[in-house]
Amino acid sequence: MTLLTLQRQFGAWLRDGDATAAPQGMRVYQNNYRAALTACLEDGFARTCAWIGGDAFEQAIIHHVRRVLPSSWTLDAYLRDFPESLALLYPDDPEVAELALLELALAEAFVAPDAEPLSCAEAQQLDWDATVLRFSPTMDLLPVTTNACAIWSALASGCMPPSVERLDLAQTVLVWRRDQVSHFRLLDAREERAIRLAKSGLSFACLCDRLVGSEGEAEGIALAGQWLGRWLTDRLLARATGELECAP
Amino acid sequence: MSLASFGGFGLGLRKPHYSEFLEHRVAVDFLEVISENFMVDGGRPRQLLREIRAGYPIALHGVSMSVGSAEGVGRAYLARLRALVDEIDPLFVSDHLCWTRVSGFNSHDLLPLPHTHEALEIVTSNVSRAQDALGRTILVENPSTYIAFDGDMTEWEFLKVVCAKTGCGLLLDVNNVYVSAFNHGFDARAWLDAIPAEYIRQIHLAGHSEGEALLIDTHDRPVPPSVWDLYAHVLPRLGPVATMIERDDAIPPLHELLAELGVARTIAESAQRLAA
Repeated sequence: MTLLTLQRQFGAWLRDGDATAAPQGMRVYQNNYRAALTACLEDGFARTCAWIGGDAFEQAIIHHVRRVLPSSWTLDAYLRDFPESLALLYPDDPEVAELALLELALAEAFVAPDAEPLSCAEAQQLDWDATVLRFSPTMDLLPVTTNACAIWSALASGCMPPSVERLDLAQTVLVWRRDQVSHFRLLDAREERAIRLAKSGLSFACLCDRLVGSEGEAEGIALAGQWLGRWLTDRLLARATGELECAP
Repeated sequence: MSLASFGGFGLGLRKPHYSEFLEHRVAVDFLEVISENFMVDGGRPRQLLREIRAGYPIALHGVSMSVGSAEGVGRAYLARLRALVDEIDPLFVSDHLCWTRVSGFNSHDLLPLPHTHEALEIVTSNVSRAQDALGRTILVENPSTYIAFDGDMTEWEFLKVVCAKTGCGLLLDVNNVYVSAFNHGFDARAWLDAIPAEYIRQIHLAGHSEGEALLIDTHDRPVPPSVWDLYAHVLPRLGPVATMIERDDAIPPLHELLAELGVARTIAESAQRLAA
């Protein structure tokens, strides 16, 4: 038997082999394999586990391990498909998968690439007619249809979580890292649209023009200033570069 | 790509002890970290490692290189490890004589290899490729194993050829020799005596637990007398060699690990006197 064949057969047995008739050594390897995946999912989704309960979480792990093969060199990658496994298991309880997606996004923001934040002093020196905002590479935008954020916050602080609520309209959660700690907050629809436009390369001046067009001059300018101030304070902006024409 | 010579005493860096190593100058000569835990893009893990590196020499010890994989070593993995190596400038870069990956599946466990001529060719090729990609010599660690395949040679013969052909060094895990010797019924001292001293560049000491009929490499308890005995046996012919205590579970207060490291220092001093 070639080494490749041996390794393929060994790998298949680890995933699906019947341990009852296997030698103890093989059972040790199968147990190690399952224990590593279980530990990584338990560590990565502690709030989701607390929400659905240990027994249900264990069943979710079994479902996920059967559904998704670990393929990357890093176990961090194995976390990425777990929210989808939960969505399949809990189609009528969307807060479960949304809670897991939030946990995943917070974990990924924690180790996302570093970028020098744009300081308020630096911002004052920019040519705002030409500046294109560059957002932190740690930033992510997640859609939510439930109060999963409130549930996460309650679980994280050891409080009784609220009952599940479906939102009338889907909202977006902003996730990012500031000072080496992951944060999140819910965005209103206008700020979300502004972030997406700015992120797509629209200059800040063009963004202001659009806001003036949609909200009126006073409200549009006020919103742009308010958001820019918050983005700077939250360290959501990295040093801005480049110039772009106003998109039509 | 020659191997640095280093004879200090160190510990594996684990989360419960981060603050003590950052806030105090702990009496260790080096710290070993799990490479993959820091092969991330950025954020606190990389910053922490830079801060630790400012105070201590670092050894990078990996679990996912998969030098025994019949399909070769992963380029993306090596590129990420290279970036970490370039940033940290470690004392050693090591991984295990095992495979973890086949045909898109990664087991995240250190799986055993048959000691065949074919496997030897694959491992030597993979180690050479890894060393080329990393721009430096690596250390390969003997793993604990729980099954044995039919093969063409013993594990120590296999390792000797890997070291001789690739120029890599051996990270000798004394506990793993003990565990595998018990599990497969070979003589641990014969294993140790068979390895040329010049290949051994670092030593791991750890504890194990007892399964139904096998010993399991759990790293969850102090180094047992049986492993200390083997350490004392091998040291006199080695000279100073980097030695560390490896604990991955049931991690005790730092002072307990430092006390264990003190035992290693005492044995090493005694061995030096014997050798002299």
